[in-house]
Amino acid sequence: MKKPIYLDYSATTPVDPRVADKMCKYLTLDGEFGNPASRSHSFGWHAEEAVEEARANVAALIGADPKEIVWTSGATESDNLAIKGVASFYGKKGKHIVTCKTEHKAVLDTCRQLEREGFEVTYLDPEPNGLLDLGKLKAAIRPDTILVSVMHVNNEIGVIQDLAAIGKITRERGVLFHSDAAQSTGKVPIDVNAMNVDLMSMSAHKTYGPKGVGALYVRRKPRVRLEAQMHGGGHERGMRSGTLATHQCVGMGEAFRLAREEMATENDRIRGLRNRLLNTLKDMPEVYVNGDLEHRVAHNLNMSFNFVEGESLIMALKDIAVSSGSACTSASLEPSYVLRALGRNDELAHSSIRFTIGRFTTQEEIDYAAALVREKVAKLRELSPLWEMHQEGVDLSKVQWAAH
Amino acid sequence: MPVYLDHNATAPFDARALEVMLPYLTQQHGNPSSVHRYGRAPRAAIDRAREQVAELVNAHPSQVIFTGGGTEASNLAIKGFAALHESGHLVIGATEHPSVTEPAESLKKNGWRVSVLPVDGQGRLIGTETEALLKLRPPMVSVMWANNETGVIQDIPALAAKVRANGGVMHTDAVQAAGKIEVDFSASGAHLMSLSAHKINGPKGVGALIVDKSVELMPLLQGGGQEKGQRSGTENVAGIVGFGAVASLAKAQLADYGTRMRLLRDRLESELQALGDIEIFGAQANRLANTVCFGTHGVDGETLLLNLDRAGIAVSSGSACASQHREPSPVLQAMGVDPAVALSAIRVSFGAGNTAQDVDTFIAALTAQLRQLRRMAGRAVG
Repeated sequence: MKKPIYLDYSATTPVDPRVADKMCKYLTLDGEFGNPASRSHSFGWHAEEAVEEARANVAALIGADPKEIVWTSGATESDNLAIKGVASFYGKKGKHIVTCKTEHKAVLDTCRQLEREGFEVTYLDPEPNGLLDLGKLKAAIRPDTILVSVMHVNNEIGVIQDLAAIGKITRERGVLFHSDAAQSTGKVPIDVNAMNVDLMSMSAHKTYGPKGVGALYVRRKPRVRLEAQMHGGGHERGMRSGTLATHQCVGMGEAFRLAREEMATENDRIRGLRNRLLNTLKDMPEVYVNGDLEHRVAHNLNMSFNFVEGESLIMALKDIAVSSGSACTSASLEPSYVLRALGRNDELAHSSIRFTIGRFTTQEEIDYAAALVREKVAKLRELSPLWEMHQEGVDLSKVQWAAH
Repeated sequence: MPVYLDHNATAPFDARALEVMLPYLTQQHGNPSSVHRYGRAPRAAIDRAREQVAELVNAHPSQVIFTGGGTEASNLAIKGFAALHESGHLVIGATEHPSVTEPAESLKKNGWRVSVLPVDGQGRLIGTETEALLKLRPPMVSVMWANNETGVIQDIPALAAKVRANGGVMHTDAVQAAGKIEVDFSASGAHLMSLSAHKINGPKGVGALIVDKSVELMPLLQGGGQEKGQRSGTENVAGIVGFGAVASLAKAQLADYGTRMRLLRDRLESELQALGDIEIFGAQANRLANTVCFGTHGVDGETLLLNLDRAGIAVSSGSACASQHREPSPVLQAMGVDPAVALSAIRVSFGAGNTAQDVDTFIAALTAQLRQLRRMAGRAVG
């Protein structure tokens, strides 16, 4: 077993060796290194062919037409392009956007930027289980609403939003629907037509592809218009300029092709492992699972361990690579805003651990991790005066803490 | 074995850099923002690559923002600057790449005026015109260090000094210059500089914007706050590592590269002169040693290109980005080249892997094609 054991698949995934193998053929002199936009020679044509094959594989995973796929440098860029692109193009029609407090920062920060530019954004609260209440969504949509953005699967707690139900509402109200699917590709079946999704952000590195490449699905029927954010040589039908990185597109295409083929069996295996971990941990006292367990991807387990300080727990668990909060915000010591939005208090939010498992996780690793967590939590609780007080029956919320 | 003479479009990845880069795909795969050990090696690798890229252009590592490519770097420079300043006057060169002209164009709807610095018949900025335009004190000026089609090199340090004297900010697209000639950001006086990895045998999909700290930019991408908030998005670790590696290689080989390219170019140009009825664009200007752009009077460039490809030779006419359009190159038109001649233009751009033999193969094929195509054209007219 390689230590530390990697249980942080939602932060990023290793590139599948089959994907890496294929990517390598598109780099060096003896491979296909041409610029896909070079029309005048076979180096360019071969590169373009590979990019188009990859595009088709990305489209197939979500039930889209290849013409509806725009290559980007990652899901962050896709989110920026979708939201700002719609805001710029449809801004005269309306200036109101509806989204959810538990979105990834790439959506929330983009919305904040638009607020600075005169747009109004409604940030809906999820229910305590992390799911969006459809009644609240309906109520939030106004005549001047131009976009609803709700992520398919949450990166911290793994809950799955009902995109089909949301899409039905947005279609009825004539509002565009964007969904950040960075965490759902390869984990949950996606059909953009059945779900009435108009724009969908995708990331390669969450699905065993390379970092630095992603895609944005942009519906053509009925046509969704975007104002390009990256101007230049007119690539991607003018929607996103910049030389296409052949090896990166190929990597994403291959990763998505494998995902389509292996998703069903992989999910079964992973669910088994995740439940094994859950079952070992849940009978400890004062532990809470964050987010709905039923409407949740098989890979994610997010738990709070009461009366244990989060950073100390992470330090104690240095033999396993996990996270508390999400990778993007792990530099700050603030409690996860996702968990706060679920109604968790600061202490529980701080003492949460996100375990996310994946393609290469083994049962041995799960058993080791489970045993380690039980051991360290018990040890840290032994050292915790709060735990002692709790065991003595003290209601901590009623304690008057003296300042020093 | 096909002969590749289109290095300004893109260059094959250097196998030495590939070795350094690969581990960051599969083994050292962590997210650099992760606090655990899997994040630390990628984070350290990015820091090292940052130093390598900074060294290539004599900048400080803290001035380097990694982006998704040269196009994004120029977009960030131009739009990022404009977003934080009252709309005013943007001045760009007449021969800029679309990754500069298009963002400039997009600023017009926000009230910006865009003026163009004209060039002479050799593709060089014209002193008097430049002075006149700069006297209007435009807040931003963008001129590329070296042109992708003709290879013509502008005197950026001299221009930057004038821009600074007139209170403006200077951006330069150094995508084609860095790694081929000496590019000294600190000495140049430029405030912003765009770089791209794949033009110097690095991976596609990664570039950098070098930023003088005195300039504030509005980030293009909001999100997790990577690159000190200047460019959100999980870092393309492998790409960045690859970029650093080829930057390092390029710096070490700079002198040698220049010598070898000059030999190839001189060989090509003397053969071209021998062919007759060939016009080399920008011949009198200071040019990149690897680039030769020439007109083949009376012949359709597109046809010539495709026939050359059939003969196993990859070159281009105009730039790759625009190669689906049949209009004469705006760069050549700005130089006053006749549109019909511009349509016949061929660009040869050498790279590290090319040999004298490649030049000879090209000349042989070109000669044969020209003879055939000119004969056919003659026949059509007569």
